[in-house]
Amino acid sequence: MCANHVNVDLTLPSDLGEARVLQARIEEALLANTYNEHDVFAIKLAVEEALVNAIKHGNQLDPDKNVNVSYQVTCERFDIKIADEGPGFDPEEVPDPTLEENIERFCGRGLLLIRGFMTDVKYHGRGNVVTMSKVRGEGPPAEES
Amino acid sequence: MASQPPRRRRLEVEEIGDIAVVNFVDKKILDEQNIQMIGDDLNKLVDELGRRKVLLNFQNVDFMSSAALGKLIALHRKLQAVQGKLILCKIAKDILDVFKITKLDKLLKIVPDEQAGLQSF
Repeated sequence: MCANHVNVDLTLPSDLGEARVLQARIEEALLANTYNEHDVFAIKLAVEEALVNAIKHGNQLDPDKNVNVSYQVTCERFDIKIADEGPGFDPEEVPDPTLEENIERFCGRGLLLIRGFMTDVKYHGRGNVVTMSKVRGEGPPAEES
Repeated sequence: MASQPPRRRRLEVEEIGDIAVVNFVDKKILDEQNIQMIGDDLNKLVDELGRRKVLLNFQNVDFMSSAALGKLIALHRKLQAVQGKLILCKIAKDILDVFKITKLDKLLKIVPDEQAGLQSF
């Protein structure tokens, strides 16, 4: 049974603890719409990575800055928009962490994971706004040989 | 200022011969402070306890973000520097996808279970 559609707009402070509370709410909404554990994992991971990027790298944990979030859960898909108040960034400029010269770097894999687990990811404006979606039941990330 | 209570252990370590088999206490490896403590405890295994063969068992872990990956890479490098070895086992399918997408499954040795891990050193 899947008929618990959710449509939420909210403003979060630049606080990772608040981000975790939001993630729990999103997980609840996904489970209420009978999303399977792989979809839930994928969405939770992408939301975690995007919120950490927005709060830590975008807003620099500045308590005077907020993160605006809107998300929808339907039977077919999950959509979310996350906007921080930071200077933004150019996603094309982020070094590819899978290259041999970068593979041992300690950080810089969040964006790669978001793209790997979600169906569609787009950055907007100066790079401080991201929209992501996940089509329900879409297979796991393609395995490379 | 009141003294801080002793912090909760993040890892359970079992010695099997000369191999340190490490289980994670947390189901979610997520919070930055937690990850820092896990990293510190892993470093201690090598730096203070002199372990050279470390088998990380992920059977308790059901969620992990990219923030934890840096600690695993740091441990891998630390062990390599002393001719040691790091092996990971019992990783749930979704978390294994994290390693595959980031191609860290090529850098780190990952085996299905603890038995295979113990035999791979």
